[in-house]
Amino acid sequence: MASEFHNLQELCPSASLATKVFIQRDYSDGTSCKFHTKFPPELEGRIERPLLEETVKTLNGFYREAERISGHAYLEGCLACATAYIIYLCLDTRYEKVLKKISSYIQEQNEKIFAPRGLLITDPIERGMRVIEISVFEDGGSSGSSSSCSGSGSPAGGSTR
Amino acid sequence: MKNCEYQQIDPRALTSPTATPTSTLPLANKNVQRQRRKWEVFPGRNRFFCDGRIIVARQSGVLPLTLGLILITSGLFFIFDCPFLVANLTVFIPVIAGVLFVFVVFSLLHTSFTDPGILPRALPEEAADIEKQIDNSGSSSYRPPPRTKEILINDQVVKLKYCFTCKMFRPPRTSHCSLCDNCVERFDHHCPWVGNCVGKRNYRFFYTFIVSLSFLTSFIFGCVITHLTLRAQGGNGILSAVQQSPASIVELVVCFFSIWSILGLSGFHTYLVASNLTTNEDIKGSWSSKRGAEDYKNPYSYNNIFTNCCVVLCGPMPPSLIDRRGFLPADEIPPVITTEQELPPFMAKNDTNMEDTCQDFALSCTG
Repeated sequence: MASEFHNLQELCPSASLATKVFIQRDYSDGTSCKFHTKFPPELEGRIERPLLEETVKTLNGFYREAERISGHAYLEGCLACATAYIIYLCLDTRYEKVLKKISSYIQEQNEKIFAPRGLLITDPIERGMRVIEISVFEDGGSSGSSSSCSGSGSPAGGSTR
Repeated sequence: MKNCEYQQIDPRALTSPTATPTSTLPLANKNVQRQRRKWEVFPGRNRFFCDGRIIVARQSGVLPLTLGLILITSGLFFIFDCPFLVANLTVFIPVIAGVLFVFVVFSLLHTSFTDPGILPRALPEEAADIEKQIDNSGSSSYRPPPRTKEILINDQVVKLKYCFTCKMFRPPRTSHCSLCDNCVERFDHHCPWVGNCVGKRNYRFFYTFIVSLSFLTSFIFGCVITHLTLRAQGGNGILSAVQQSPASIVELVVCFFSIWSILGLSGFHTYLVASNLTTNEDIKGSWSSKRGAEDYKNPYSYNNIFTNCCVVLCGPMPPSLIDRRGFLPADEIPPVITTEQELPPFMAKNDTNMEDTCQDFALSCTG
């Protein structure tokens, strides 16, 4: 998180953290990882509804893919059992591969969509997969309006397990 | 008075020789440069080895005893019983025993050393956001607002409880282990034999462990009985057979007492796997139809034994949510340094106060 904060500082040196908005998990389908697509009222005016909803829906899709119970997942599980689970020490699981995709997707979204609007999304894995944390930055120069930060910049940090 | 005869006292001269600011500064720099990993500041009651790669509960329980019993019994079997059985029966006996032994030991180590699915505690901002939501929902000012949340999962009402230690609403099937002081996802139980909690991430290892252990103990038991029987038939009866191979009696005793409990446990967990339940839910009777008039049904079950088994044992392996080997951000300096650095800021504050006081005094002197 500190590295992401510093990246936004590079993009827009006068930005300071104003507040954090949390999108909670949606447990209506059980324990599978899914986040509420309801638009948080605190972000009204900061970002267009469809953009945020699209981001959350895409993230939900990624997690659904990671947790999908398919023939491939069963094969991986059975192979792991047959090798007394030594294989987990050697190879990345399918879930971990999808997590890497999620990390690069969030980084891309931050650079293209969120940073120009003075927002920053934290990868849910860094918050125990409980929330999508959206940091709201205020431009130090203007009073309370959205900042005019450039979209390009160094990559935001998305840590793995 | 023309000149105030005062001398500004250098506060640094007042410090004890051992804790001068100049000497703490290089130490502080050194500590800041050495980045600490997150496992070093982990709040739960766990122990870490190999720089955060291995995690166990602080109380290792009887894990050394479990390992010792398995190693000793298997060792005695390979040394004292296998030669006779290979000579008189088949070479596959030690091969099968060897494969089972490898499965038992590897799955035991995996169960003990894997993160069971610990949920990291909520950060202050998240906890404050949840508190705000709780306060908003509780309209009554006479009672504290309720710390439970009801949600619908597959048309079944499930109550989520608030964890005061971890400062968050526990996800479904999550429970707080008081021994490890952590919230664990899909919490099954805390196993002292394994020295760790059994949860979402290591349940399959635990199940493999108890099933392979039941096979191993039954196999060793059967082989030892066969060995003693063959010796007794060939020699002068059972007593002489025992005298020729006393280690077999030790194995018999260990296996006899283990088989009852291990086989029973395997059977119980096979039932849990087939119905997609946890030990915690089964003991509490969360989804028992005997409770009340409402028909409580397990909302997580796929209502198909085969699917339940596949999902629980061969489903995707979730990642560890506690980033053990990640580095702490640079601005989170460990408390050790701040206590050493207490003197300089304190002195600095006094310094400015003293300067102001001196200036006032000077003004009053020149008056």
